Amino acid sequence: MPISVKCFASLREKLGIDEVIVPYESKMTVQDVWCYMTKQTPPENLLCARNHEYVDFTETINDGDEIAFFPPVTGG
Amino acid sequence: MKIEIRPEPYDPWHEISAYQLDGALSPGSFGACAVFVGTMRDFNDGSDVSSMVLEHYEGMTQRQLFDLAQLSLTEHGLLDVLILHRVGKISPNDPIVLVAAWSAHRAAAFDACREMMEMLKSRATFWKKEARSDGDHWVSQNTPGELT
Repeated sequence: MPISVKCFASLREKLGIDEVIVPYESKMTVQDVWCYMTKQTPPENLLCARNHEYVDFTETINDGDEIAFFPPVTGG
Repeated sequence: MKIEIRPEPYDPWHEISAYQLDGALSPGSFGACAVFVGTMRDFNDGSDVSSMVLEHYEGMTQRQLFDLAQLSLTEHGLLDVLILHRVGKISPNDPIVLVAAWSAHRAAAFDACREMMEMLKSRATFWKKEARSDGDHWVSQNTPGELT
């Protein structure tokens, strides 16, 4: 199964990416997904989640995971 | 416990009394209810704000709010928790967030309400985009909420 990747808020507008499918590779990390999408290293304040939970960029992902990238949160 | 993301305006005071009357809390079981209501201002960073759009990460946000409420219920020995949060287009003076904590005594309710609110502000996946006089702007960060 491929990886589903979502982007939110200002990041979605900057990248022009709402949701995209990325092919899974063995031992792939969250940072690998970001680099595949953008061809860049993650910016300093970028946050990420794997299957609805915050994770570090070094987190290894599994086939079929949902990955999300987003800026600092501003709710409440 | 009740956790909801609301796309429509709501009256937080009606929601609290309706929740209590709905049988979620048995009469006489609680001695304290601490409440936080966050509303939309019509200014930010020196600019007028006419409206805002609140975006969230469907699925993750609900899970986060449920988890922080569950944690607070356990750690503070609360009797019940109600959390409502608006999304979509919001106007000045509209309530955005309601956090209510019920407990036997005031200390747990006060502490838990504050703690849940700070967790929500720092972790929950919501983002605000304000319509200001000079255009639309994403809010880059929340103001610190620590006690001084």
